This record gives sequence, C-alpha cells and structure tokens, in this order.
Amino acid sequence: MKAKTDLSGTSTGYKVFAAVVLILVALFFLFPLYWIVTGSFKGVIEINAKHPVWFPTSPTLENYMKLFDNPAFQWLFNIIFISAAAMVLTCITAALAGYALGKKRFIGRGVLFTIIICAMALPKQVIVIPLLQEMTAIGLNDTLWAVILPTVGWPFGVFLMKQFAETIPNEILEAARVDGAGELRTFFSVVFPMIKPGIGALAIFTFVNTWNDYFLQLVMLTSRENWTLPLAIANMQGEMSNDFGLIMAGAALAAIPIVVVFIAFQKYFTQGIAMGAVKG
Amino acid sequence: MAQNTVAPQQKPNKQKNSQFSGMSKALVRRETISAYCFLLPSLIFFVGFVVVPMFICVFYSFMEYGLGGIKGFAGLDNYIKLFQDPIFHRGFLNTVLIVVIAVPTVTAFSLWVSSAIYKMHSVPRSFFRCVFYLPVVTGSVAITVVWKWILHPYNGLLNQVAGTTGFDWLGNSSTAIWFIILILFTTSIGQPIVLYVAALGNVDQSLVEAAQVDGATKLQVFWKIKWPQIMPTTLYVLVITTINSFQCFALIQLLTKGGPLNSTMTIMYQVYDTAYRLNDLGYANAIGVVLAIIIAIFSAIQFKVAKTD
Repeated sequence: MKAKTDLSGTSTGYKVFAAVVLILVALFFLFPLYWIVTGSFKGVIEINAKHPVWFPTSPTLENYMKLFDNPAFQWLFNIIFISAAAMVLTCITAALAGYALGKKRFIGRGVLFTIIICAMALPKQVIVIPLLQEMTAIGLNDTLWAVILPTVGWPFGVFLMKQFAETIPNEILEAARVDGAGELRTFFSVVFPMIKPGIGALAIFTFVNTWNDYFLQLVMLTSRENWTLPLAIANMQGEMSNDFGLIMAGAALAAIPIVVVFIAFQKYFTQGIAMGAVKG
Repeated sequence: MAQNTVAPQQKPNKQKNSQFSGMSKALVRRETISAYCFLLPSLIFFVGFVVVPMFICVFYSFMEYGLGGIKGFAGLDNYIKLFQDPIFHRGFLNTVLIVVIAVPTVTAFSLWVSSAIYKMHSVPRSFFRCVFYLPVVTGSVAITVVWKWILHPYNGLLNQVAGTTGFDWLGNSSTAIWFIILILFTTSIGQPIVLYVAALGNVDQSLVEAAQVDGATKLQVFWKIKWPQIMPTTLYVLVITTINSFQCFALIQLLTKGGPLNSTMTIMYQVYDTAYRLNDLGYANAIGVVLAIIIAIFSAIQFKVAKTD
C-alpha cells in the first residue's frame, strides 16, 4: 500500500516517526535538569534509596539549609558579579572595536582581522597557565578580576559586532558627517542605535558563557570566599562525593538563574548566535 | 570566516590598496587614527590577556620550568618528551576518538532535528530549540554532577533501572569514555541546531518550489538544493564542534580525572594535570602548543574539504 504523502512528498508515517523521536530525545535532554531540581528536595533516605525515587514524596529543604551553612550567597554574588562585569565591559569594548573594523578603512585592518580570527580558533584554555602568572604579577590572582579581564579580551565579541556594524549603510554615516557630527557623536547617535540588537545578543551570550566558563574559574579562584557557585559545587563534589542532595541543591541554585535568563531572552540569544555565523 | 578578509581583495586591478580607493592620504591617516581610538579599549584587553599569554605560552614550552621557577633553556626537549610519552599518546588517541565520534554525530543529528523542526509552528519550534539548548545553558558543572549521580554504582539511577547494581560505569576503562562522549553530545547540539534552523529558514524557496514542480523527491530537494546552500553553516558547525570537543574539560575533571588507567585522558586534561598536579609548566605549555596546532590542522582540513565539495 502506498503511504499517504503531502505536497512536498513527506509521508505521514515519517512525520509521526520524527515527532516521536523528537519528543523522546527532548525528554532525555530535559531529564538532567528535572533530576537536579527534584534531587535537591529529596531527603537523605530518598537520595540513597536502592530503588528509583522518581519524585520526592516528602520534599525537604534540608539540602538548601546545608548549602547555606556555606557562604553560598557569596558564591552566587561572585558568579553574578563576574558575569555581569564581563558582559558590560565586553559590550562596550566590542561595540567600539566592531564599528571600527566593520565600517572604517584603515591601515592594518586586514592583518588585525586575521589575527582575531586565528585567536578565536585557538583553545582558550591553553593560555591559562601564563594568564595565571600574569595575574599574579599584577596582583590580581585569586580575585574576581582575574576571571573578568581575560573574558573581556576574548575577541568573539569584536567579531560579532563587526558583523552587525557592516550592515549599517554608508550613506547614513556619510549624512551624519555632512551634518557636522564628530566621531563620537556619530557613534552614539547613529551607530549605537543600529547595532543595539547585536549588543543585546552579545550581552546575553557573554553572560551565559562567562557563568559557565568553569576552567578559568577553577584556575584563577583559590580561596573559598572567592569561589563561584559552579566552582563551589565542583569542589564540594570532590570533598563529599556522596552527599548528592547537597550537590543537587548547589547545582539547582547555579542553574536556575541562568536558565531563567536564557528563556526570558531566548529570542535575542538565538538571533545573536545565528548572526555570528551566517556571514562568517 | 576567511571570505570576509578575502572579499575586498578580489576587486579587479587594485590588489592591495583596494580598501583605500578614492581616499586621499590625509583622509587615510585621519581614518586610521580614529579607527585605532575606537579599537584601543578592546585591544588593551585582547593584547594584554590573549596575545601576550600566547607568546609566553610558546616561550615557556622551550623552557625547563618546574616548581622552583625556570631552571633553564630546554630547547626542543619538552617536544621530544611529548612524542615519547605514553600518556600523551593515549590522550592523543582518546581526543581523536572523541572528535571523530562526536563531531559527525553532533552535526548529523542537529541537522536532522533542525530539518524536522524548522517548518513547525513557532511555538513548538522554539520549544524544541530551547530544550536542546538547555544543557548548554545549565552549564557543564551542573550537568556533570547530575550525571555523576545518575551513573553512581550504588545510588545511581542507571544501575537501579538497568538492574546492574554496583557496576561502576565511570570506573571501568572500557565504558567510561563512551559516557564522556554521550554527555559531551548532549551539551554540544544546542548551538548547531540554532544555526541550522536559521540557515534552513534562509534557503531560497523559489528553487525548492521549482524543483518540486519538476518532480524532485524530498531527498533530492534536500541534497541538491538545500545542502549546498547551508554548506557555510555546516562548515561553521564542524569547526565549533571540533574546537568544543577538543576542549572538553569539566566532564573529565569532575567525572574521571583522566582515568581509569588513562582511558579518558585527553590532551586538554593532560595540560591541566601536568601544570597543576605535576607542576611541570614547561611540558604543560608544550602540550598546549601542540594542542593548538592540532586544532588548527583539523580546522584547515575541514575548510579544505568543504571548499572542494
């Protein structure tokens, strides 16, 4: 028997198959997050049960109370501060530099752009060893700035903002110049409003990526009070590897804010990622 | 990526100065000065915290550099040691295994998901795109610790469901790496899906319709019309997935620390282990430099293959 097909030639059977597979895989992807959140409310007995406890039957806050016996608010503040500072500094420097690279014709432009592309392809973690020594030399090791400054230096933002700046029509910049607007004036009243969506995308992208840049935090932050929440979870997991309730509470506290930010700004985020690649 | 730098030079006649055509010398100078003023804040960070450490990294790789500081010039010793080091050999093979398995599966699967969802109504499309991106956002540490629990020999869900109580999936040298790859896979497909959904949405519909009128099958339309048009995206996906797979770190540090018996040792993890556990900074930097070169070679091969395709 011939399968039913629609105009574009897709059989109904395939569509059903695709939908089922998609939903199953989606459940598989959602499960770790579900397991973190439900696990954080499970008591010791349910955590160590010999049979799967799919849902906490007697939810408890004891894991969170244990978590806040530690400086968890400080850790949460540290990661928010690092991500926010890196975000603001990256957006400012990248918007200025991206405009220059995208719209100005100057000596050394080609070379500079090539260096930026090459740097983006290199593994960031390789330079962390010298970076740590540099931070020690300028007295910033084991401070939040030791994570913030290298994050701002990473050239992806400049690349992304260049892509956005290139879409500004030359006529508009020309018109501003004819009207007697200076360089800074042109940037703030003409360029900035036009690349705003790009800056929004870059802001969310930088915030999320900095939050999750575990390796840099691991190498740079050593004192307990300077840890970030993700780093603290990782370290606690090493110290008391079987207290999964406590670790899930930490993981939930680290994951939920960033997931909320992501869902709230999903549109900008996906646009920004797509924009960074389409013309690259 | 390279297209952008090449494009201005392709204009006929003026090879090198094409970007300055029609500009007076004074104007070029003025534009250059103002451009660098705009670039300055960014360049301070870029040069200070990316370019300088890169050079230091290369410099250290030629030094004998242990706990007490630099002991002297080592020449190529660190690099020679690397070729004789069985741990590096193991790490290299594991890294290649991870890349060779993860990159094609991530690319193919994300392309399949994207083509299944890009024509959907915007609500289910956003839903699926969001779900597949969640592990990226949740963060490698949170995802890794929950997997550690799921895979735990006694308290873990996997053994409870599979009835294999006590089996240590991560402590077994033949299963550990496959779980690393599986978890890496779940944290890697989010970005490619976003990219592919955007790229498929931009495919020229008139060509697709023309082909359908001519009686092309769904598969023909995909391979002959859509595939060439999304090639730049595929290339980008291949490169970023390769770089991510090479750099996968949190997973290994938190789950296995390269073990058991170095079965999950990777080049990236060996850099960290050599620097901060063994305190051999010269050697660690040499491994880092080699890792950078390997990534550059992989990226170049992908560019080459994609261009001749």
